[in-house]
Amino acid sequence: MVQDRGFAVMVVALSFISIIPLLFILFYIFSNGLSSLSWEFLIEIPRPVGERGGGIANALVGSFILVVIASLPAIPVGVSAGIYLSEHRDSKLSSLVSLSVEVLHGTPSIVIGIVAYLWLVISMGRFSALSGGIALGIMMLPVIVRATEETLKLIPDSLKEASLALGVPYHRTILKVVLPAGLSGIMTGILISMARIAGETAPLLFTAFGNPFVNWNIIKPVDAVPLLIYNYATSPYPEWHAIAWGASCVLVGLVLIFTLVARVIARRWKIQF
Amino acid sequence: MEDTILNTENLSAYFGDNRVVNQVNLSIPENMVTTIMGPSGCGKTTLIRCFNRIHELIPDTRVEGKVYLREEDIYAMNPIITRRRIGMVFQRPNPFPTMTIYDNVIAGYKLNGIALGRGESDAMVENSLRKAALWDEVKDHLLRKGTFLSGGQQQRLCIARALAMNPDILLLDEPTSALDPKAAAHIEQLIVELKKTVTLVLVTHNIAQAGRVSDVTAFLYLGELVEFGPTERLHTAPKDRRTEEFLTGKFG
Repeated sequence: MVQDRGFAVMVVALSFISIIPLLFILFYIFSNGLSSLSWEFLIEIPRPVGERGGGIANALVGSFILVVIASLPAIPVGVSAGIYLSEHRDSKLSSLVSLSVEVLHGTPSIVIGIVAYLWLVISMGRFSALSGGIALGIMMLPVIVRATEETLKLIPDSLKEASLALGVPYHRTILKVVLPAGLSGIMTGILISMARIAGETAPLLFTAFGNPFVNWNIIKPVDAVPLLIYNYATSPYPEWHAIAWGASCVLVGLVLIFTLVARVIARRWKIQF
Repeated sequence: MEDTILNTENLSAYFGDNRVVNQVNLSIPENMVTTIMGPSGCGKTTLIRCFNRIHELIPDTRVEGKVYLREEDIYAMNPIITRRRIGMVFQRPNPFPTMTIYDNVIAGYKLNGIALGRGESDAMVENSLRKAALWDEVKDHLLRKGTFLSGGQQQRLCIARALAMNPDILLLDEPTSALDPKAAAHIEQLIVELKKTVTLVLVTHNIAQAGRVSDVTAFLYLGELVEFGPTERLHTAPKDRRTEEFLTGKFG
């Protein structure tokens, strides 16, 4: 019993330690960044060096465009691959897909950035939101595939059989019975993957490149919040450092919101079988 | 002899190389309850899953022989059509968890994209729920999720869902085995009631249940059809020794 008690204390202590880094990060970011935050900070673009004020609107718009470009191909491809993996567990193609997804998940983001650079930036002859979005989309893919696969695997076969036994064709059974039943898990996966790519810098360095102005054109360079933080934090100007802290605040806030929404969806939309 | 609605000719079914249904020849009479009984693992569920072509959906399975619905070879038909004409109720109630009670009843139409007029679908929902003896219990909360119902109610909802398609035959795969005795009795009553309008094929390992509800009984053992005849005769004077041993509880 004494040993058990010691073990329990250790587990509690260690799990408490796991939340300390997050607390430190939040404390640092908010204590340094909150003072920069204001409405202007969100809707203005950066000012030249030496001028006070200015905001990160260029980066917010850019991040938004990048997430949209990344999601448009990544969601349908990822969900389809997830459906395939959960439906065909023993086929050769599924083990190949599964392996690729795993390797892709482990691929360093900078490598994905370089590949997007070689494919898109060089062939288009320019940096662009499109190339950055594709790089981020590749990073989203494994998260969505896994989330879809794991969610659909938990849906009992009896549900699929119920639909098939009513004479519902296979594709309609998947689209109208299986997917809706797994919607909460799939949505959670999508939101988590969005939160993940919203904070990525490396794949954007030589794709989206950065842009001090608001740009909505997807074949021109755009800024992104993490990219702006990287550029400003490594600059020698104190007022830019302040903007980097403020942008960090915004970014962490956005990621927190995505994660919380994902949790709420996972709980609220949960389907009881 | 009554009209037969479903005929099998040397029907065999396999999982890989394992033959679980072996050369079965069976004639299911119309508007009656036919029970298929036998010990666990005798292939009775697999047998009826061949009737609506659900067996073949499992990877690495195979069916040999013929099944005729009236005169039509169902293995020459589009399986989608076969399954609309031969409905099925499963061992565990499986209403669609994302749908309301109302939508569950007409799920066969909704999921197939068959448009129903408002009045038409209202009438169909009421009618099917009445046939499944569930109407009075759920008529005031048709828009609640089907999964809020008790197990027995869910199973009757699944029966209503199958009946809404107006099938020629309703296959029931141990429909009461996951239910408490009271709910099971309710379903049994319902089965007897339903044979006026639809042919029922009931799979069960419950001998007493087979005796109570069915007109004709088939006894299946190790994938083989051992004996087939009127329930009363089969229960009181079985011809085969294996049937007798099963009925007297020597195995199963």
